[in-house]
Amino acid sequence: MNNAKKLEVQIKDMSMRNPVMTASGTFGYGYDYEDFLSLENLGAIVVKATTLNKREGNPYPRMAETPSGMLNAVGLQNNGVEYFCNKIYPKLKDKKTNVIVNVSGSTIEEYVEVAKYINTLPNIPAIELNISCPNVKEGGMAFGTDPSMTQRVVSQVRKAYNKTLIVKLSPNVTNIVEIAQAAENAGADSLSLINTLLGMAVDSEKKTALLSTITGGLSGPAIKPVALRCVWQVAKQTKLPIIGIGGIMNTQDAIEFILVGATAVQVGTANFIHPSISEEIAKGIAEYVDRHNLNHITDIRGII
Amino acid sequence: MKYCKDFTVVSNEIITPSLFILRLQYPEALPEIKAGQFVEILVEGERDKDVFLRRPISFHDVNYETNQIALLVQVVGKGTASLSKAKKGDKLNLIFPLGNGFTIMGKKVLLVGGGCGAAPLLYLLRILKQQNIETHTLIGCKDVNHLFSKSEYQSLSSLYITTEDGSYGEKGFVTSHPILQQTYDAIYCCGPTPMLKAISKHAKEKNIPCFVSLEHSMACGIGVCLCCVVDTQQGNKRTCVTGPIFLSTDLKDF
Repeated sequence: MNNAKKLEVQIKDMSMRNPVMTASGTFGYGYDYEDFLSLENLGAIVVKATTLNKREGNPYPRMAETPSGMLNAVGLQNNGVEYFCNKIYPKLKDKKTNVIVNVSGSTIEEYVEVAKYINTLPNIPAIELNISCPNVKEGGMAFGTDPSMTQRVVSQVRKAYNKTLIVKLSPNVTNIVEIAQAAENAGADSLSLINTLLGMAVDSEKKTALLSTITGGLSGPAIKPVALRCVWQVAKQTKLPIIGIGGIMNTQDAIEFILVGATAVQVGTANFIHPSISEEIAKGIAEYVDRHNLNHITDIRGII
Repeated sequence: MKYCKDFTVVSNEIITPSLFILRLQYPEALPEIKAGQFVEILVEGERDKDVFLRRPISFHDVNYETNQIALLVQVVGKGTASLSKAKKGDKLNLIFPLGNGFTIMGKKVLLVGGGCGAAPLLYLLRILKQQNIETHTLIGCKDVNHLFSKSEYQSLSSLYITTEDGSYGEKGFVTSHPILQQTYDAIYCCGPTPMLKAISKHAKEKNIPCFVSLEHSMACGIGVCLCCVVDTQQGNKRTCVTGPIFLSTDLKDF
């Protein structure tokens, strides 16, 4: 097989030249990174969460460094879906990669409204439904921690959106398989997991929490073992293509997710530290495929 | 255009046990750097496995003839403690130049710096001098041992110094120095937030535009993580992209 084709993967109707995507909230709108890499070398980029109306997000401080990771409490700051469609989309529509919009909301109606707007944009092949943000008071993670809520929001969005629908799952649940199956039954085309783990950090000298919101979402290599476990569990129990996310810093990490069942991966927090890392991981996967004499990257998918 | 490249350490000059100046060599011609811009310096990896994120540090000085930059760093945590051990010949990976930089304006301006926050003022003075702008520079520090790059400041500007213990210059804080009573076209200010606020208040009363440099914690430095926001009259703005230099009247609580 042609070498370039060995990395091509499919998420429902969306074809990607390789399995490497960038995670929402860690890659801006893609063009922020063009000084450091070529977007066309990535399978897809997921742009930051978009809500119906403009959101200011949470007060500063929103970030704390933690061992092998960081906490954030951004709170879905964005200019709203109309701004996205009118001001951001024109700058993205001709990029030579798949551009996926992360859709968030406080109510089912809001998710549906945003999905309807994005459905009208011809060059957006997929949305990622964010039912797992731990940093907003209403909605967000509430939809991703209760199977009946997941079922309701995904089925309503499914009716309003006819392209590839990815649902992003939260690890902050007792049984992630239950949520994954609810999303699958409600018509999701793919599942991406995991979003951040709910955590907190404390300053013992100042006797305060480090985040303005007290709690926030933990990301980075610290969460990779949890993410691998979640992907492995969900891949065994659903038929949907899985996108593995959580602490991917290098090629080996990405391969680990594929071995436990992921069709593609998202690189997140690592983008903050090594801005060209997603492109390097895509190259690294190609080298891995050669070194292990694979016919195709999916040969190793889910073999654990 | 932003770059992500390795620099080589030329020297690491210890000012105090918690304050040092790194001089770094760029392997090619430096791109244009504005005074007040900063770098994100990599600490993680071989240098220190316990430090995860890069550290934002402002340009203390830039020399286009030698293609060297200087960074003044204060040890505030494990990341900067790790950097303090950098030796001649070490490679350091930097993302640069980041942020907006100071707006250059006026014929006679005042620069006010507190502690290590005075760092970006040296390079700012070089730029102002090139533009033939008259400058007064007021620097406050804890004591004479914490005073850095004094002769360089003196060669570029009329320098006024305050120390908390009176070991050099006027005893006290910059906020009570009589030079503030003079008239200026602009004030440029970097240092601890209470000092920024006090100088901004003074500037507002005298109707002088006051540019302040904010030090917010940030994860990326390139505008994508949205962690470094500051509350402005136009809502939350990213310190790393819209700033770190802000007109004080644009900021809430200033």
